[in-house]
Amino acid sequence: MWFVGRGTGIVALLMFTLTVVLGVLTRSGRSAPGITLFGIADLHRTAALAGTGLVAVHVTTLLVDPFSQLRLVDLVVPFHAGYRPLWVGLGALALDTLVVLVGSSLLRHRIGPRLFRALHWAAYAMWPLAFVHALGSGTDAATWWLRGIAAICALAVTGAVWWRASERFHLHGRPTLDRRAAR
Amino acid sequence: MSPPTGARRLLLAEDTSLAAHLERYGPLTTRVDLVRLLEHAGLTGHGGAGFPAATKLRGAASRGAGVVIANGAEGEPASAKDRALLQHAPHLVLDGLLLAARATGARSAYVATPSPRTAEALREQLALREQLTVRRDRLRTEVVVVEDRFISGEESALVNAVEGRPGIPRDRAVPVFERGVRRQPTLVHNVETLAHLALIARFGSEWFRSVGTREQPGTFLATVSGDVAAPGVHEVEHGAPLPQLIDAAGGPTSGVQAVLVGGFHGAWVPGASVPSTTMSSSSLAPHGASVGAGVVLVLGYDRCGLRESAGIASYLAGQSARQCGPCVLGLPRLAESLARLVHPGVDPGSVDEVVRMTALVRGRGACAHPDGTARFVISTLRAFSDDIAAHGRGGCRATPAH
Amino acid sequence: MPRLHIDWTRCDGHGLCAELLPELLGRDEWGYPLPRAALDLDVRLLEHAEHAVDACPLLALKIIG
Repeated sequence: MWFVGRGTGIVALLMFTLTVVLGVLTRSGRSAPGITLFGIADLHRTAALAGTGLVAVHVTTLLVDPFSQLRLVDLVVPFHAGYRPLWVGLGALALDTLVVLVGSSLLRHRIGPRLFRALHWAAYAMWPLAFVHALGSGTDAATWWLRGIAAICALAVTGAVWWRASERFHLHGRPTLDRRAAR
Repeated sequence: MSPPTGARRLLLAEDTSLAAHLERYGPLTTRVDLVRLLEHAGLTGHGGAGFPAATKLRGAASRGAGVVIANGAEGEPASAKDRALLQHAPHLVLDGLLLAARATGARSAYVATPSPRTAEALREQLALREQLTVRRDRLRTEVVVVEDRFISGEESALVNAVEGRPGIPRDRAVPVFERGVRRQPTLVHNVETLAHLALIARFGSEWFRSVGTREQPGTFLATVSGDVAAPGVHEVEHGAPLPQLIDAAGGPTSGVQAVLVGGFHGAWVPGASVPSTTMSSSSLAPHGASVGAGVVLVLGYDRCGLRESAGIASYLAGQSARQCGPCVLGLPRLAESLARLVHPGVDPGSVDEVVRMTALVRGRGACAHPDGTARFVISTLRAFSDDIAAHGRGGCRATPAH
Repeated sequence: MPRLHIDWTRCDGHGLCAELLPELLGRDEWGYPLPRAALDLDVRLLEHAEHAVDACPLLALKIIG
């Protein structure tokens, strides 16, 4: 049971890493040979939902597993868990942020593009929380394979965010409209 | 009370006081079947689109319009009639606003003007009228100062301005008369339309139709400017000959090379056609023009029509609200392609490129700004084709006076 | 017949709609959708249009009527 909990957590992190990278790719408006814009956006959504599903299993198994000492309240009130409260607390924060992300995405047609985009920036908070939580709360943080996975994820997200923040991001022959000039 | 005779109807009061207004036009009764009256009268809108007022009112009345707006924004630089009307005959406009509100059941009304001074005067006039009205007949009317930009008079831009937002157009998946100010059905009428409405309610539809043409009865306010001796606002009947309007403005100062009818979103009438052109849709349609908001801009022979048009196109591009990609990116390119016909130089440009750009911007924006600009440019290509050829050879057909 | 409505104040020329509805939409030189004709949606196109409405990152599409 512990392995299921741990395993789903790690795969969820991989899914969210993929989600962030694909999210930046979606925002860039670029496609790649063999995959359409719609394909990228769709994959982004699928990866996010897969990650969310895995997190649900991850949290449920840990709640049920007596070894982990996790209570329901720990999911919402961080840093008071019985086991490694700091790292688990970060996981709780990541979970709460994930709920906001998923909720706002499912309701995006109701809340409108501006609020949706504002809330979606929380993704840049959610991933680091999940990452640090994963490294700190597991018993196998020192193993080479986990370090390897963590390094790949960190590299991918750092690269994607670096690109997103760079000036080159917007230079793809398609001028983006500065709508603030209209206000 | 005797109704006005002839073509002068709107600007007859001695001064802007309520007393002078009542003396000239008599009291207003709001107990009229306004929709029926307007149907018989055949009043069309005076804001540019020329939509039948009765149809618009009936639509709003059936929805129980919550809000009525008197549109005096007049973003068109070559038009001055809304300003003149609000300055000289405010009570006619306010009467019309009251009538429209009664007919649609609106509980609140707004008057939009770009001039703070006019706004102050209107507020005083409204306060005076309110004192003389019983409480239950009062209409809550607010005067809103809007920005003096070309698109400020667009219906949804007005709704935004009234709501305190930036006065730029909205996406209109749902039209304003269905959902406008505070999500209520909103009826927007040009101030001149409301003024005519106020007269029709007093003197009837037969009187209204006693001048003008059968298709377009009544009078309208024309703003004549450009190369004329005495530019100004003149009231004429529909169907009046275009030369009559030009003469009313003191006559041309350097001949009539062409006349822009309908403002910057209108079309050029070539000089040769002007003597036989009347201010009616049937006469103007072959040139791609319509009476619209009555804007008449005369171009004399001492100016170059192509150069002037390129300047207008550039102005229009700069007036974009900057919300919609094809407009923000396409209109400057359109203006540039027209300018390249003026100064061929190294990169001659072509008429085909201009036409391509007009097709690219049409219908691809939240409002009609790109469409109107395209219409104007197309008429430029047609009316000044000889100038395009001359500029292509390095010359110009304008003959400046010395 | 229902039709596809483009909210130009939101559209940023991403182009997912043109991918999903190539029969109706091309793209101009800046990436914005270019309607080939009236955007009427017959039964065949309606489902693809619904995908496009859902997929547009700026929520710039609506089906009206």
